[in-house]
Amino acid sequence: MALALSSEARLIRDQAQAFFAERSPVRALRQLRDSSDASGFSRPLWQEMTELGWPGFLVSEVHGGSEFGLLGLCLVLEAAGRTLAPTPLLSTALIGASALLLGGSAAQRQEHLSALAAGERLFALAMEEGAHHAPSHVQTRAERTDRGWRLNGEKRFVPDGGLADMLIVTARTVGEAGNADNISLFLVPAATPGVTVSRRVMVDSRNAAAIRLDAVELGEDALLGEADAGMAVLEPLLDRAYVGLAAEMLGLAGEAFDRTLQYLKDRRQFGVPIGSFQALKHRAGLMFCELELLRSAVLGALEALEAGAPEAALLSSAAKAKACDAVWLIGNEAIQMHGGIGMTDEHEIGFFLKRARVAQQTFGDGPFHRDRYASLMGY
Amino acid sequence: MQRTFLKEEHVTSLDAFRTESRQWLLANCPASMRTPMPDDEVPWGGRRAEFRNPDAKLWLDRMVERGWTAPSWPREYGGGGLSTEQAQVLAEEMRALGCRAPLFSFGLTMLGPVLLEFGNEAQRREHLPRIVRGEIRWCQGYSEPGAGSDLASLSTRAVPEGEDFIINGHKIWTSYAHYADWIFCLVRTDPTAKKHEGISFVLIDMASPGVRAQPIRLISGYSVFCETFFEDVRVPQANLVGEPNKGWTIAKRLLEHERKSLASFSDRHRERSARSLREVALQGVGAVDGRIADPVLRDRIAAYEIDDTAFQLTRRRLADEASADGRPGPASALMKLCATELNKRRMELMVASAGTQALGWEGEGFNPDEIRETREWLRSKANSIEGGTSEIQLNIIAKRVLGLPD
Repeated sequence: MALALSSEARLIRDQAQAFFAERSPVRALRQLRDSSDASGFSRPLWQEMTELGWPGFLVSEVHGGSEFGLLGLCLVLEAAGRTLAPTPLLSTALIGASALLLGGSAAQRQEHLSALAAGERLFALAMEEGAHHAPSHVQTRAERTDRGWRLNGEKRFVPDGGLADMLIVTARTVGEAGNADNISLFLVPAATPGVTVSRRVMVDSRNAAAIRLDAVELGEDALLGEADAGMAVLEPLLDRAYVGLAAEMLGLAGEAFDRTLQYLKDRRQFGVPIGSFQALKHRAGLMFCELELLRSAVLGALEALEAGAPEAALLSSAAKAKACDAVWLIGNEAIQMHGGIGMTDEHEIGFFLKRARVAQQTFGDGPFHRDRYASLMGY
Repeated sequence: MQRTFLKEEHVTSLDAFRTESRQWLLANCPASMRTPMPDDEVPWGGRRAEFRNPDAKLWLDRMVERGWTAPSWPREYGGGGLSTEQAQVLAEEMRALGCRAPLFSFGLTMLGPVLLEFGNEAQRREHLPRIVRGEIRWCQGYSEPGAGSDLASLSTRAVPEGEDFIINGHKIWTSYAHYADWIFCLVRTDPTAKKHEGISFVLIDMASPGVRAQPIRLISGYSVFCETFFEDVRVPQANLVGEPNKGWTIAKRLLEHERKSLASFSDRHRERSARSLREVALQGVGAVDGRIADPVLRDRIAAYEIDDTAFQLTRRRLADEASADGRPGPASALMKLCATELNKRRMELMVASAGTQALGWEGEGFNPDEIRETREWLRSKANSIEGGTSEIQLNIIAKRVLGLPD
């Protein structure tokens, strides 16, 4: 198989780029921010994305999806990244659908996949409890009850947590935080009594939430996958999430770079375009190299994930680590090269730095993924 | 079944080619040619070629017969006539089976492709088959003491006299000139023209009277580079490639091929390395629960390996996306830059991991791998200088890829 895109894939990418450029440019995010929109995203726009079939890219046709696959979905996420479009695509179309496909029973799939593909039910992964990504750092408790389960605990930094209808929650039956055993996954309707969702206003103007679970009573059917074996679902689920987010980061880094490059050609000082200065040319060249490496890392991970290859986990962490490097470099250089104007709220380039910072921290930063990579490699 | 959107053209015929090639390689590659290649067994070919291992000669002969020392060159010049995709499949299979390259040669990687594009029929017929068979070893006469990064300011002169040129000048950093049979050389044929417009590309037999190659001792202790002197050297004008004074175009194309070749340098190097980076690190700083004990070093090694993985994937992707003409283009600048900077990082991590065991120069107290790694660390400093410095590659990317103004 080749790493180049087929003509069909390029069509999906071009369609998505045109859609976001027209329907959700950066100023749409600014409007959501300035209007203090409670949900942080646009429902009418989500409806339009639904009409394009994007929420159902991973879902089979039986359940109303298109089965276009992970690569197609990541091309859409990359396009969304280019305009910083706040969409529930990652949380719902990628993470929600993958969770059901990887761990869901036939009944759970039957119940949720059609609504998910139709864009009618939004999902969020409620996992983190500390300030850094740590999938096994779970203190939230799951107790057996007569009719099912009872959850108690607190989750933080849940992307799209404020708008989700359905939460995917990690909890443990026994043991201490940090132990990967005894973790289970639960499907928790956000409207369940005892669930308190508090929106957090984030630096990137996106939607994230803190979620409290106070004696949340669930039925047997809330368990996703096997009890105490949640990591068997969570790990491959997170691999997909890492790459999906890396694809979005590729888009945002690509756009921030393109805008900076254009600025280097347009902005004149000392009577010449500042892009004629070698000090800036070389730094632009290095950014370009980082972008090319990131693009390959994302495609390589997608190829492995789609093929179910054994190196999928390794390449997923490589892609997210590389994405963190690239958005850090390009986000910072974009501001520096724009100079004073880049520091103003009026200019859009600052939005890219802000989203870059949140995306770096979400689902593990560079050190997290290098540590995982080294462990998987056996050193 | 989910669909994939990565290109899957010609899969059926390529699969057949893959199977067939693998079977042939398994049947024809001698067992000792499927082991890592020691430094003194690199098959450079040439009039004075020596084969310490008779299997190397057998392997070369078999590959030559199949045209696979130059898999994608036309069959009429002794090549394999393979498509770009087939040549890539063959390379993948050789790598998977651990087959050594049967022949290393600047003729294969640099001169051949430009003769195919710019040479006349007589030149192709004379030189290409001898390159394919490894009979002639070529070296590259580009840099001069006064013309490094500013290559076009070169001053070696070629003056017409009857049917010949008389050549006088001084080349430097001519890799392996002391072992080479022929040299492809940039010379100035019009000193009055602008610097890029008075250069010609000529082929010179190193056995011609007046040619002298003198090795230069480097910081690594190795002497791979030479100074090459030309004193009234008589060269037939028939050895001019392309038009007179139009050599700069050919020179630049050859540099693209050189960059592409240097971009795979670190692989060849690594394939020949006795010890992997992680082995050296685990041994050098110890292990805690199977992990490299120094967490900072471990992080830096992982960062390097991730970048290297992304680089390998980039090479695959660019090959898949490449235009049908097979010319490397400006992407070769990115590949050369990344490959060489990565190799330097790798060698820095090697010596950092080995600690004081990487400080030996020779003699007792250090094993041969350690001495070799220290020398290779020093050798690697040239990676980002030779074939165009990293700064020159960044200039090329800025101008030709990003379109930044002069």
